[in-house]
Amino acid sequence: MSRSFESLLPKLVVAPAFVLGFAFIYGLMVWNGVLSVTASRMLPNYDEFVGLAQYEKLFEMDRWWVALKNLGIFSVLYVGGALVLGLVLAIFLDQKVRAEGFLRTVYLYPMALSFIVTGTAWKWILNPSMGLEKLMQDLGWTSFHFDWLVQSETAIYCVVIAGIWQSAGFAMALFLAGLRGIDDSIIKAAQMDGASLPRIYWRIILPVLRPVVFSTILVLSHLSIKSFDLVMALTAGGPGFSTDVPATFMFVMSFTRGQIGLGAASATMMLATVAAIVVPYLYSELRAKPHDR
Amino acid sequence: MMGRFMRNTLKFTTLFLAMTASAALSAGQVEVLHYWTSGGEAKSVAELKKMLEAKGHVWKDFAVAGGGGDNAATVLKSRVVSGNPPAAAQIKGPAIQEWASEGVLANLDSVGKAEKWDSLLPKVVADVLKYKGSYVAVPVNVHRVNWLWGSSAALKKAGVASMPKTWDEFFAAADKIKKAGLIPVAHSGQNIWDFTTFESVVLGVGGAKFYDDALVKLDPKALTSETMKKSLETFRRIKAYVDPAAPGRDWNLSTALVIQDKAAFQFMGDWAKGEFVAAGKVPGKDFLCAAAPGSANAYTFNVDSFAMFKLKDAGAQKAQGDLAATIMGTEFQQVFNLNKGSIPVRLNMPMDKFDDCAKLSSKDFVETAKVGGLVPSVAHGMAIKPAAEGAIKDAVSQFWSDDKISVADGMKNIAKAAATR
Repeated sequence: MSRSFESLLPKLVVAPAFVLGFAFIYGLMVWNGVLSVTASRMLPNYDEFVGLAQYEKLFEMDRWWVALKNLGIFSVLYVGGALVLGLVLAIFLDQKVRAEGFLRTVYLYPMALSFIVTGTAWKWILNPSMGLEKLMQDLGWTSFHFDWLVQSETAIYCVVIAGIWQSAGFAMALFLAGLRGIDDSIIKAAQMDGASLPRIYWRIILPVLRPVVFSTILVLSHLSIKSFDLVMALTAGGPGFSTDVPATFMFVMSFTRGQIGLGAASATMMLATVAAIVVPYLYSELRAKPHDR
Repeated sequence: MMGRFMRNTLKFTTLFLAMTASAALSAGQVEVLHYWTSGGEAKSVAELKKMLEAKGHVWKDFAVAGGGGDNAATVLKSRVVSGNPPAAAQIKGPAIQEWASEGVLANLDSVGKAEKWDSLLPKVVADVLKYKGSYVAVPVNVHRVNWLWGSSAALKKAGVASMPKTWDEFFAAADKIKKAGLIPVAHSGQNIWDFTTFESVVLGVGGAKFYDDALVKLDPKALTSETMKKSLETFRRIKAYVDPAAPGRDWNLSTALVIQDKAAFQFMGDWAKGEFVAAGKVPGKDFLCAAAPGSANAYTFNVDSFAMFKLKDAGAQKAQGDLAATIMGTEFQQVFNLNKGSIPVRLNMPMDKFDDCAKLSSKDFVETAKVGGLVPSVAHGMAIKPAAEGAIKDAVSQFWSDDKISVADGMKNIAKAAATR
């Protein structure tokens, strides 16, 4: 009796979390998928099946294409920028500098802020009539001009800047941990062989850091697909809808425009995008395991 | 913005749980969902509460702040879907029709007949409140949207004698103001305010009839006409007089520029007056109000209203009827609108306690109603369904913020957006 209870206990303990997870993650995903093939407008409405009409409508909308393009620009530059800057910072910090602990905290601190705070602060910094541009002009550099935030073609790059500022420290921390994990003797051996420092980093250390790079990319890229709060706080999708991303598009359509069906279709497209990144990764991870252990 | 949204959601969730726990509501209780939480508005709501309590009913406040009512709408949806609607909710424009078509709104015809609403409201306004010929909502106030606000000091400094009456006068004045080193137009570069300016331009350039055809009926012929082309050209010309910090700026911050005499003009509805008055400015002296250029004999209205939901409890139904009657009553209409800066929606009200801008608004409201110059504001959700409205707003904002889009392309985009269903 007690033995069967013992064997049941772990299952019992895990069950509530499993049920909740199942209902509130996968259940809602399915619900969203169902909504996306209905003609739902202001309230969910299951009477009318419209097939893929909402998806057709979605891909005919200029605004959706702008959102997709912005997501592309943002993901590539944000992930790439945070990665490179984080790596450079980590390598510099790894040179046994003085006050490393202090500097590390300084670089990591932006991560402690929410994207709302980051967005609002950068909104003020980049605003031409109260931020950086005004400061420079007040200091005497009157020809200084930086109005990216208010131009529809360049505003998305401001979102990238704010995003990189927030996340570079996080990438740095991951890389630093990776660097510390490298056996000193390998580097010493390379030095004995007369390899220069850049060469050591390029040929030895970076290849060893590959798994770290991979997981950093994974974390940052799903952050970029979900990005909503940063855009909301920094530009609210403007000027016009030039900095709209799929997440803000989905919110606007579902909750303010009374087009729940269309919003659900865009949410499904976002899910597909995330899945396209995560599934291959999980697959390679899960498949590799039996051989490792 | 989202922080507040999340907080509200949380607040609501707790409230909701408490509500379901005490399912047996006491008789004569009215729960009112609204988004009037800022200074003057909150005071106005408190008045309504007092009047209703004087009639022996229990008022249950259900305020959801933020997002210009978007947050409140989200909360309302979840309440209605779960079968537990409030007695009344602040809903306006075609959204009333959408809710009514879901079959959840109560019929107010008995109150409306007893109080003779048909004779107290202009027909265009009454039509917004009716679903299939029956009243389902009760109006609170009228805001005029096609205003141009001016700073006396800024105009004087630039040597502009009076508020411009035509677009030519407007641009001549704007040039002078620019030369004087001031901001000619305090604009807020957000979807809704881009459109507020745009609809005033269309009204001023094309007149009320054209406005109605193009923006309310969404007639493709009107949307691609010469007049629309001229409207878009005028609209774009205004942009040259806007300061670079405008994109994303909130409307009240733009009003603040006019209050501080840093900017001369602002296109804004008469809620802006509340900001001026709160800053201790006197209408007619420190700041001026005039209809947007060319639109003196037209009036874009923005009417706030409460829709009433079907309730089972008889006591609550009675309270609901009393609430509707109170809202349309002269006493409430006066007190509320004095606080809010708008004017009473009820015709033939004494206006002697109101300021000059409100008197002008009231006079124009009555007169334009007679000659067909009274039209619903598209920017403020009074005219067309949210999907088309949002799509047109997008097209107009895109045209405004991207100078590379030609007038012809802008017109094409707007016409395409108007076809959204």
